[in-house]
Amino acid sequence: MASLKLFLKSSVGRKFLVAVTGLGLSGFVLTHMAGNLLMFVRPEAYNTYGHKLTSTPLIYLAEAGLLAMFLIHMGLALKLALENRTARAMGPSQNPSTCEKSARFGSQYMALTGVLVLVFVILHLISFKYGTYYAVTYNGVEMRDLHRLVIEKFKLPLYTGWYLVSMLVLFVHLAHGFSASFQSLGLFSVRNCLIKKLGWAFAFLVAGGFFIQPIYGYFYGGN
Amino acid sequence: MKLKLKIWRQEGPSSPGKFVDYDMDHVSPDMSFLEMLDVLNVGLVKKGETPVEFDHDCREGICGSCALMINGNAHGPETGTATCQLHMRRFKDGDSVIIEPWRAKAFPVIKDLATDRTAFDRIMAAGGFISTNTGNAPEANSILIGHDTAESAMDSAACIGCGACVAACKNSSAMLFVSAKVSHLAQLPQGHPERAKRVRGMVTQMDNEGFGNCSNTGACEAACPKEIKLENITRLNREMVRAVFKD
Repeated sequence: MASLKLFLKSSVGRKFLVAVTGLGLSGFVLTHMAGNLLMFVRPEAYNTYGHKLTSTPLIYLAEAGLLAMFLIHMGLALKLALENRTARAMGPSQNPSTCEKSARFGSQYMALTGVLVLVFVILHLISFKYGTYYAVTYNGVEMRDLHRLVIEKFKLPLYTGWYLVSMLVLFVHLAHGFSASFQSLGLFSVRNCLIKKLGWAFAFLVAGGFFIQPIYGYFYGGN
Repeated sequence: MKLKLKIWRQEGPSSPGKFVDYDMDHVSPDMSFLEMLDVLNVGLVKKGETPVEFDHDCREGICGSCALMINGNAHGPETGTATCQLHMRRFKDGDSVIIEPWRAKAFPVIKDLATDRTAFDRIMAAGGFISTNTGNAPEANSILIGHDTAESAMDSAACIGCGACVAACKNSSAMLFVSAKVSHLAQLPQGHPERAKRVRGMVTQMDNEGFGNCSNTGACEAACPKEIKLENITRLNREMVRAVFKD
């Protein structure tokens, strides 16, 4: 028990937790993206999926778990980032990332991209989860017409633009975060070719999936 | 060859530092970087000025003393070499060269370009050794170690503890250094009895010294004069997890 406490207090242990929760959240964005693809099938499929998901009592458990992962991930990452700032004291007059001996691109901006993703998530919840409630009835079952709200939002150029920029930010965050998690867990190095490619592929898949939906909504929405 | 040097000058640990410009003339491309600084210092002494303080010892890339941030690169633009192995032929006539000390809270500046890196010694004292009485050289065949394991442990052991990893890291993290030292002994049977205690002790000391946390950027690996691999950091993380379940 004492060794577990020491582990969780150490920099390595805290990074371990950031990695575990990060991978958990990665799983969430992947399923969220996959669920959203139902909008290409037909509005009914999309709305029924949303209805089924929210009408089970398990949703509260899932939401609580998700919120806990979010809080642990953000809280620890923020604390670690602040410690890093203190440890730096004063940076060199030239940034090493612009020189020959460079670091991975996304890795330099994890805190910034993380905060931007957080801002997106909050506004996203306000727009959709707590947004306008349209009702629709399929086979006698009344449910929320989320499809209508989504299309309505993506008809607004500013909203769509902002959404796309946020997905680019998510891409940068995931491209480093996903593969780096495996290093923090002590499983694979980020230099491992397969893990590196997997990280890019995962980020591309998730961000790409989220990317086509607003574009579809903007150009073809409702038709 | 002419060079414009911009060197960090700082009287002592608590005094504020600043960049001072020096114009160098007749720099031979065959000089090493440290020889170029020697020539600068001879000139400064002749003029009655205080020479620039910098660390150096073996000048052949094995002691880990030299530690200069050159144009934003730890140990200069060359990969896999220490500052002492950098030659002036890497620069062009008229180049500006910014020379700074390692920048990290855990490495306070002693004077000018010389930093106090005893934090690394304290990390080593917290577990970077094996507690056996070695006595005479033992019979080589009594403990068999596979070739690949021996090579991998030797690659980790190649770390010279110069601190370039800390200097290159945006978080001033010492993970590459600590991981190399932990990896070296974790891979060999002689290191196994104290495996868990070692990694716990060294990581705790590293955190206490005020180094930052690893964010897996890979800047350390790129800057390392001994080309210590990031795989060592993965192994250190694994060793820390393993230590939770051992003694």
